[in-house]
Formats: sequence, structure tokens, C-alpha cells
Amino acid sequence: MTGFDRRGLLRGGAAASALALAAPALLRNAAAQGKPIRIGFPVPLTGAFGAEANDQVRAAQLAIKAFNEAGGFEGRQAELLVRDDKLNPGEAATRTLELIEKDQVNFLVGGLSAAVTLSINNVARERGVIYNSITQSDAINEAKDFGRTTFHEALNPHMTAGAVGRHVFPKFGKRVAFLSADYAYGHEMMRGFKRAGEASGIQVVADIRHPIGASDYSAFLPRIAALKPDVLCLCNFGRDQVVSIQQATEFGLKRTTKLVAPVLLFTSRKAGGEAFDGVIGGTSYYWRLEDTVPTAKAFNDRFRAAYNGAVPSDYGALGYAGVRSVLEAVKAAKSVETDKVVAAMEGLKADFYKGPQSFRKCDHQSIQSVLVVESKSKDMKTPDDVFTIVGTEGPDERFLRSCDELGHKA
Amino acid sequence: MSELTLGGFPLDLLALQVVTGVALGAIYVLVGIGLSLIFGLMNVVNFAHGAFFMMGAYVGVFLYGYTGSFWLSLVAAPLAMGLLGLAVERVLVRPLYGRGIDDPLLLTFGLSYVMIEAVRIAFGLTGLPFGAPPELRGAVDLGIGYFPLYRLFLIVFAGIVVGALWLFIERTSFGLVIRAGARDPQIVQVLGIRISRVWLAIFGLGCALAGLAGILAAPLQGVTPEMGIPVLAEAFVVTVVGGMGSLAGAVLAGLIVGIVVAMTSLIAPDMTKMAIFALMALVLLVRPRGLLGRAGALG
Amino acid sequence: MSAQTTTPVGAAASPAASPAARPGAGRTGRWLALASRHRVALTLAFLVVFPWIAPYQALAANILVLGLYALGFNLLFGYTGLLSFGHAAFLGGGAYGSGIAIVHYGLHPVLALVAGTLLATLIAVAMGALAIRTRGIYFAMTTLALSMCVYYAFYQAESFTGGENGLRGINVPSLSLPGFRLDLLNPTVKYYAVLAVVGLAVWLFSRLLSSPFGAALEAIRENENRAQACGYDVRRMKLVAFVISGALCGLAGALQAIHLSIVPIETMHYSTSGQAVMMALLGGMGTFFGPFVGAATFSLLQDGLTTLTSHWQLFVGAIFIAFVLFLPLGIWGEVLARLRRAGW
Repeated sequence: MTGFDRRGLLRGGAAASALALAAPALLRNAAAQGKPIRIGFPVPLTGAFGAEANDQVRAAQLAIKAFNEAGGFEGRQAELLVRDDKLNPGEAATRTLELIEKDQVNFLVGGLSAAVTLSINNVARERGVIYNSITQSDAINEAKDFGRTTFHEALNPHMTAGAVGRHVFPKFGKRVAFLSADYAYGHEMMRGFKRAGEASGIQVVADIRHPIGASDYSAFLPRIAALKPDVLCLCNFGRDQVVSIQQATEFGLKRTTKLVAPVLLFTSRKAGGEAFDGVIGGTSYYWRLEDTVPTAKAFNDRFRAAYNGAVPSDYGALGYAGVRSVLEAVKAAKSVETDKVVAAMEGLKADFYKGPQSFRKCDHQSIQSVLVVESKSKDMKTPDDVFTIVGTEGPDERFLRSCDELGHKA
Repeated sequence: MSELTLGGFPLDLLALQVVTGVALGAIYVLVGIGLSLIFGLMNVVNFAHGAFFMMGAYVGVFLYGYTGSFWLSLVAAPLAMGLLGLAVERVLVRPLYGRGIDDPLLLTFGLSYVMIEAVRIAFGLTGLPFGAPPELRGAVDLGIGYFPLYRLFLIVFAGIVVGALWLFIERTSFGLVIRAGARDPQIVQVLGIRISRVWLAIFGLGCALAGLAGILAAPLQGVTPEMGIPVLAEAFVVTVVGGMGSLAGAVLAGLIVGIVVAMTSLIAPDMTKMAIFALMALVLLVRPRGLLGRAGALG
Repeated sequence: MSAQTTTPVGAAASPAASPAARPGAGRTGRWLALASRHRVALTLAFLVVFPWIAPYQALAANILVLGLYALGFNLLFGYTGLLSFGHAAFLGGGAYGSGIAIVHYGLHPVLALVAGTLLATLIAVAMGALAIRTRGIYFAMTTLALSMCVYYAFYQAESFTGGENGLRGINVPSLSLPGFRLDLLNPTVKYYAVLAVVGLAVWLFSRLLSSPFGAALEAIRENENRAQACGYDVRRMKLVAFVISGALCGLAGALQAIHLSIVPIETMHYSTSGQAVMMALLGGMGTFFGPFVGAATFSLLQDGLTTLTSHWQLFVGAIFIAFVLFLPLGIWGEVLARLRRAGW
């Protein structure tokens, strides 16, 4: 964390000149120590998820502000270093190197999209920097990608799809069709659904993969429509989800079939409009949680006050939680040293914005509630009132894949 | 993959899939024609073609919000993009004539960045929802299954546009100049016709068609600043497969690409995206000038 | 560099721009000729001090790698006159080759570089053998289509490549070589380690250009039919140039994999091919140093603008347009042209 690791920096004569050249950099970095607690925050400000990323930054800044107003840690203030990863894993890796090597950040929070979060994680864990990931991924829990400094604040597809499946299959029927984006994330969500479905004895009538980023789904839909399934699970994300739901509506699937999306984003719903009506999905946070959860109310109020009455989105809230978890752990550990903060995060019992949360020891996955929401465009309290919370699955380790399955040795 | 693949597919479904492919192809045709004409006649690789497609959609959707008339949008979007295309040709592309194909390519690449970002600034990052106009909603029973009315409209409308374009190029004196210009720009100039005016018109026409395709595609997917990026790649495939500068080629290739996409989606969904590039590679290796490309168009 | 060719520091795009073709250039070309003889040393001298100018070392190493990528591309585009839109397949091939060698087979990083370069070379042989039959814009389109087929093949081979999630775990914390060990987690050491490899490649590239083969490539660029008439086996030479170009880009990819410790699938996407075209044109196609200038400009521009405004694409786009309109020779090409006009 603190400057270069001088041990084993260089061995042998050939590298001596490089050491001489490195000296100015070492001096520069030494001067940066003992200053604010720096949190690097790589998110895709530009690119298809720019709206979500901007919301993440705004929410994260609230956590920083609250921490500083409460006096910081031993007089040290927190500072958020936002970097645009452009939704590109290569750019994210470069930016992460910049944050670690040049800016000497203490912690990293951020990432949106599985490929980017895995990229940041790979760079951070090799350098022993704590990284709290705030986007959905199953892979990051697995032993292969996990490092002791890896934390996962967001839900993962297994939890989300599982909760939605357990809610939907008993209610709407057992004949299920899948239309999934053909990449790891899509497969992970489908796996989560199928696992949940095994318990209710679902019958998979179609399992169709579409290429990620497809702008047209019409070629897949007649076949699904002909099968008249009870439930169609759309295992895709963002723009793919908006377009596939719009086109499924156009092909009249809603007449016979319940549309279900594992991760139903606030921003996607806003971009998709009425076509989303009746679609059920899962989310980590929806602002109407404030009706029942006091911390959600407090968080929303702070957000409204800071940003002209706007409400935080699901991914925005994760930006807040991701930063807050790290800062609370610093306070609990009374230190910014990696080992101590890791231990403090493992012991964190939080209720920051959505009810109780804690990190599981083996994979550092945040155990938390999953909300099941249904999209609506009528009876809206405000234009932001786009979902009804139809179910909540409380925080419970049962809903996670076991440490064994993930490859973590006990 | 699934139990459906056992024993083949019902004929009805295959037929419906072909119709789906034709509807998809209708968009490819309109985007591809513009790119192909600009490419074939002016030797300009218009990397901003997808951005014109996107901007056309935005113009149309924005106007629809004010007027509530889809038909007005259908006229205004191509008109606006045509005018913008004229301006771009006159101010930015014309200074580059005679410099080879690299310079216009880099310039239009830069232009696409500017256009996409301008739309982001004006309309936000998230995109706007947009559905088919009320009079074109719903599905029609084709006897082989239900098919969305809007997509049928798309096929018919694209057919009318292509027909009108064909008449324009084959039957009017200006069309004659275009055809001559495609064969040999120098001869046209010798005959006392300013080829620069032909190029101006072609560029404007191509961009107008991209804008029209954009507003036609908007009810299928909504609009986002990035919607033109995948379309550009597909339009390139159409252009190359059909033969650069060939109207009939673009129509044929657009339909082929649409049907290939629809059929691979049914039979081997994993291969859908690869299929169009494999098709392009195959055509280039067997018939480098495309299915209906003439030797003269770019010789 | 002993073989005297008419190529000055950057064999500029058109023969008219070369001093030999200008009247009275005999004396004034001396400085440029001197620089040309030492072009490798001058390029490396700049790259040695570069990390102290760049905003941060990871970016400097990126530019080094992208510079080598553009250099390899430029062999085909600038020196042979073939516009390829498929070079991402070689950058990606090299990156996946070395990444897979390290992640799945635990190879020594130096051997991984060789493995990556070899894989890229193989892809180049296959793609080249098919694409070389076409010409002009059709060549560009064929390479694009073939590279996208390679892209999807790698995309689908998820157990090897990680698919959409990319290949992770290419962690090379240190490099053991006979006699000493380098700590690659130190960004400065890593930069110079990458530079050592890039320097070797630049030197080889320069030797190649000075060889009769280099002269033959330029003959092909200037007039393919005449080159054919002079007895060159044009098709074979094009294929060899294509493969060498692919190998250089593959080496760049292999270095990038080790530098970033991941390989994103985007590395193979055609937009990465477009990046090579942009960097070569920005820097000055057919110039020796141009690719590095192009890579540096491209990266620094993006990096700088990104920190200033989230609308950086607006400015990047506008700057591209301005470059095409007002600096058609590219930055380095323009510098050379001005030096010549000024009588250097």
C-alpha cells in the first residue's frame, strides 16, 4: 500500500541503471504518504452504462462526504479518485495500475460489467490492494479469481436469479423457456434459474442463446412464441434486456407468457418504458424500500438533498455501499493497513442502506437481501416509481453457492 | 441444444423465420444501399454511416414527441440526415478528393465520434423508449403464425423506397449521370458535367437513406447513442457481399444477410454473429467483387 | 543499416516527399540521412526517457506496446501499401498465445512471448494465404471478415480464453533470467523490460527495411505491376510482409498480456484493427518513428481528455477531423516534410 516494495526490487547489475532511473519516482511517492485516505473508483463514465456509472459516482461521493463530516479517521479525510474505465477491461487494467502505482490509492471500489470487474480484481489482488467489486459476477467468488483482498459488495447472478426463480416458478408455471446472452454472465444467470427451478420441478421447453449485444431478437422469438411457455427467462443485461423485452412484447409473448429478467435495472426500465410492464425481476435495491427500511429512507433522503430530489438507482446504491463498507472497516480496524482492514471487513455487521449485510469469510461475498420487483407504468407515486416490490428474500447463506463448490479450501 | 432440434423444425416455423429474415433484411438493405453508393461511386468508406442511422432515429423520435405523427417523422428524419450529409460532403469530405481512401475513412471515423457524443449531450446517455405507432401495433396471422404488423409494414415500405430509388437511377437523366459516374468519372467530366455535384447528391442521398433506416428501426429497439455501431458492421457486410456501388447487389445482399441471420438464429444461435462475417469472407474469396459488383465500379 | 537505400528517416508516403526527388537536396538531406542511419538509436533514446514525460508508467508501457503494434501494421500499410483491417487478430493472437502459455501451461514469460508470437504468426500465415489474393479495398474487407472469424473462434473457446470475461491470471510478478531477477511489479522496471523487447524488435525491423527485401516492398507499393515486371514474385513477397507484420503485432500482443495481466476479448475486435489504422495515420504512415508518435498521441489524447471531460469523444473526433484536413501526412510525416522544406 505504502510506496514500492523495496525488498527484491532489483537483483543483479544489469538492473542497477533502472534503479537509478526509478529514484525520482520513489521520492515522488514517498511525499504522497500520510495524506488522505484515497479510494480509487474506476467506472464506465462513457459507454453504454454511462448513466449507471454517473449515479454510482454521485452515491459514492455521499459516503465520502458523510465520512469526512464525521471527522474522518484520526483526522485523515477520505478522497474519491474517479477514473473512466470506458467499459473496456484493458482500459480498466491500465487505470487500476495508474491508481495503484501513481496515485497510491489505499483501496479500490468500482467496476461495472463482469469482464471489467475481473480485470480490476486481477491487477489489484496481485498487488495486495483491497478491491470491493460493485457489479454482478459469479466468477469473482470462485477460488480461481478470488484473492484475499477481493470483496464483492454486489449481488451475484446465482443469488439474484435464484431469488427470482423461487418467487416466479411456483406462481406462474413450470414450462420455462430461456433466452440467454451467450457469455459467462448470461450462463451464470441461467444456471441460477435452473438450480432454483429444480426444487419446483420446472420443465425447460427451450434454451436459446443469443449473441451479446444483439440489436434484433426477432429471429429467436417466433420459435419461443410457438411453444407458449409459462415463463420466459431473459438472461441478459442492460441494452440487450431492453431490446429483447421490447421485441418480445411486439411479438405478443406477453399474452401467454410471464417475462422474467433476473437483474431488472432501474435505468433499463426507464429506457424501456411501457414495454416493461408486468416484467418481473430481481434487484439489490429499489428506492421504495424506504417504506419499510429506515436506513433506506435515510440514504434516499441524503441523496435527494444532495441531488435535487433525485432517487438513487440500484447500481448507484452499490457505489455508496461499496465505499461505505471500506470506510467503516477502516474505522473498525483503526488502521488503513490491508491485513487489518481485510479482517475488519470480514467482521463487518452492516446496515447501511438496505438492511443487514455481512461478508462471508470464504469468498468475501456480501450476504444480503434480494428484492423481487415487478415493473409498472400505472399507479405511479412519482415518475421514478416504476416497480412494485413483490417479494424479498432475506440475507441467508443458503442462497449462495457453498464455499466447497467455489473451490475454497476449508 | 434443446429438444426442439430433434427431428428438424416444423415447416411453418421455417417459413415464419424467412419472413422474419426479410424484415431484418429490409433495414440492412436501406443502410447498405447508402453505404454502397457512397463507397462505389465516390470511393469513400463512410465510417459515419452508422452515426447518420442513429441520428436519423433520434430526429424522428424527437419530432414524434412533439407532433405525435410517425409519418411526419418518416419524412423528417431522412430529410434532416440528407441535409446534414450534404453539408458534411461539401465542407469536410470534398477537400479530400484525390487523396486516396484512407483520409475520408479517418475523417468520417472522427465525425462518427462527434455525432455520437453530440447526441449524448443533447439527449442523455440512457436512450429513449420508442414503440411502434398505435396504428401499426399488434400482430397479423399469416397462416403460418402470428407476425408483428410493424415488421410487415417495414418490408412493404422498404420495397417502395427501393422501387422509387431504382426508377430514379434507371429512368431519370440525373440517374443516368450517376450510373455513368460510377463507370468512369473522367468521361462524365469530359462531357461537361460537374462530377462534384453528382458526388454531393450521392452522399446526401446515402445519408438520407441511413436516417430513414434509423427511424424505421427505432420502434424495434428504442434509440440509444450507440445504436449505429453494430449497424455499421452489418452494412459493410451487405455492401461487400452485394458488390460496391450496385443497387441491386445491396438489395440482394441485404435480404441474404437477413435470412442468414434468421436461419442461423434458429439452427445454431451461437454462430449468428460469426455467420455474417463467414459469409462475407466466403464471398470475397470466391467472388472478390461481390455478387453483383461490376469491374468498372471501382476498377 | 549498412545497405544504402534511398529511404530517409521515415520513408514518407509518396516519392515526392523524399529528398532525393527534390531538386538541390544533395547537401540539405545530410542531417536527415544522418538521422536515418541512426534511426534505431534515436527512437530508443526517446523511448528511454519517455516514462519521465508520460503521465504514468503504466500508460507509457501501453504506448510502447501500441507503438510496436502500429509499427508492425505500418510494415504492411506504410511500406507495402496494403491496408489491412484484420491486425487485431495478430495482436490478440499474440496476447492469448502468451497468456494461455502462462496461465494454462506455466511457461516462463520469455518462452510465453515466443509462444504468443508464434501463434500470431500462424494466424497471419492462414489469413494471409487467403487474403493476399484480393486487392485494394477488397483486401481490407477480407482481412476484416477473416479476423472477425478468428475473434468468434476465440470468443467461443471459453475454457482456454475466458470468453467474454477475458483471460485472467497472467500474473508475472518477477522475471528470472540467468544471473538476475527483475521485479515486474515495479512499474519502472516493467517499462524497461518491455522496452528491451520492443527495442530488439525495432532494430530487427530497421534491418529488414534496409535489406533488399525492404526495397522490394516499397517497389511493390509504388507500382505493383512494375515490380512484377522486374522479376519480383509479388504475391509471395506480400505474403511474407503480411506474416512478418503479423508476427511483430503478435509480439506486441504478447507483451501487452504480460503488462496488463489480462487479455480482454476486445483485443481481437475489429475496432482494435481500426486503432492500428488510426495510429499509423496520425503518426505518419510509412515513416519509421511515426507509429510511436501515433500511439503516443492517440493514448495521451484519450488519457488527457478523459480526465478533463466525460465528453472526451467529442474532442477526439474533432481532433481527428482536423488532422485529416490540415495534417494529412500525419504528425511525424509533417515534421519530416517541414524539416526538408527548411533545408535540413
